[in-house]
Amino acid sequence: MSEAPTTTPATEATPTYEGTATPRPTMSRKSVGASQRTAPDRFTPPEPAALEVRDLSVYYGKKMALSGVSMQIPVKKITALIGPSGCGKSTLLRSLNRMNDLIPGARITGAVDYHGHNLYGHNVDPVEVRRRIGMVFQKPNPFPKSIFENVAFGARVNGYKGDYNELVERSLRQAALWDEVKDDLKKSGLALSGGQQQRLCIARALAVSPEIILMDEPCSALDPIATLKIEELMRQLAKDYTIVIVTHNMQQAARVSDYTGFFLAGEAAYGQLIEYGPTEEIFTTPMDPRTEDYITGRFG
Amino acid sequence: MAVSLPDENFTLQATGRVARRQAISRASKWVLLAASLIGVVVLIALMTDTVISGWSRISWSFFTSYPSRFADQAGLRSSFIGSIWILSLTIVFVVPIAIATAIWIEEFAPKTRLLEFVKLNLANLAGVPSIIYGVLGLAIFVRLFGWGSSIIAGSFTLFLMILPMTVIASQEAIRQVPPSLRQGSLALGATEWQTVWYHVLPGALPGIITGVILALARAAGETAALIMIGAFTFIAFDNTSIWDSFTTMPIQVYNWTVRPQEAFRQNAAAGILVLMVVVLTFNTAAAALRERFRN
Repeated sequence: MSEAPTTTPATEATPTYEGTATPRPTMSRKSVGASQRTAPDRFTPPEPAALEVRDLSVYYGKKMALSGVSMQIPVKKITALIGPSGCGKSTLLRSLNRMNDLIPGARITGAVDYHGHNLYGHNVDPVEVRRRIGMVFQKPNPFPKSIFENVAFGARVNGYKGDYNELVERSLRQAALWDEVKDDLKKSGLALSGGQQQRLCIARALAVSPEIILMDEPCSALDPIATLKIEELMRQLAKDYTIVIVTHNMQQAARVSDYTGFFLAGEAAYGQLIEYGPTEEIFTTPMDPRTEDYITGRFG
Repeated sequence: MAVSLPDENFTLQATGRVARRQAISRASKWVLLAASLIGVVVLIALMTDTVISGWSRISWSFFTSYPSRFADQAGLRSSFIGSIWILSLTIVFVVPIAIATAIWIEEFAPKTRLLEFVKLNLANLAGVPSIIYGVLGLAIFVRLFGWGSSIIAGSFTLFLMILPMTVIASQEAIRQVPPSLRQGSLALGATEWQTVWYHVLPGALPGIITGVILALARAAGETAALIMIGAFTFIAFDNTSIWDSFTTMPIQVYNWTVRPQEAFRQNAAAGILVLMVVVLTFNTAAAALRERFRN
């Protein structure tokens, strides 16, 4: 890969990548001042790191699903992981809070550092990890209980001793759902609309006061209006929480995130981090031609 | 704009091959209905016969009399009480152990070949004829443990007999709980046990209860195994302890059926009616509970 030069487009050498004989024309290579990326996948956000992924590889049994990912997730920003289906972005997300442990045969090499400690270290309890790094799933999965019990559950099992009414209200307000449900918190969580259910799932994740919230395609099961509400909510939440979102919707990533990582599975069917950087750069001046192909819709 | 002109031969009614296919489809529905009705018709025929024979014997004295050499004085009292005792004791053992086994198999056991072996054996045990359990109970509980032909020996025997089917029914119920619910719970920092206790079990409860009630209905009608462990057919006292000898309703009915006197057959028919009511009550309760829990 060539360095990010500041020469004019017409005269610079166009890089090739494995698998093609024909060099592809690239976009302008004017470097954006803030990032100064030296290589597509080597980028360190200026903010402190909430999570540092160090050469993480994930295997399901003998099959490698994700290979050698290294990236820093910055604090209180929204980081998006994009890429075509099967590229390992959901696998990476699940390994950030050890939800991957639930899949039989899953194992990792490498490390994920959180507050300087490896999440996969010897004495680390996955339950403790998940309390601090919450997750919202693709298909809203509220418990078949009342709205109140849904939000209170996480706090209950973690031994919360404070006022539950206040906790539930605070969480529902943070999830922008309070006004819509405050009149009847005893209503079943399943009686809400899809978008409301997803916000309920966000509220119950917030109720355990995590530092980081992982979202696995949170809007893909929702209609456009509900999607916009959740995107707005995400920007609001990013003031207090670190957010990592997996999305197959590039426009969403461009709208919502501060940093974006692009993943791709090669012919060997394992995923790799291809490029990582500030969202605006990824979408306007990507370094790697594969990134450019993906965001311009040539594949994926 | 093209307009289709009316054609004299145009029709949307079934003709030719379509008509034949439709006729076969309609006929098949009647055939299936007839097949379904066979079971119902046979049941109604048997019940009618039983009701005609036994209805006259149903009375308060029938429930309060002990068995007797005289048919018109013989009653269900001791066997009814014996059935209640033995079924109650069996529930006490079956419910916690079956649920615990099912939870272990479905949620916590590491997925090894040993587990597959256990599951296979469980399925096999569910099909073992009940008299084998009777022989087992005789050898172990009655003789080896020295409990004699008592209620507790009978309960343990029945417990072993209905355990496999209850475990399997509970397993099915637990499997019905969607994995997304477990994931949602674990993602909030709940432990595996908390997830099972607060989400999986409540979700599986309707299925588990149904399984337990159906297993009990099976146990209520069990005759061969209990005869093997020595349940007597002539008990003329009320049971007051788990060490008592006992009899149950099916055994009493059996005893009456093999008596030569015709009058005892009427008693048997009456006993069958009572048994049917008991079993029907169980099954209806299972269905009603399941519906209530679903909402």
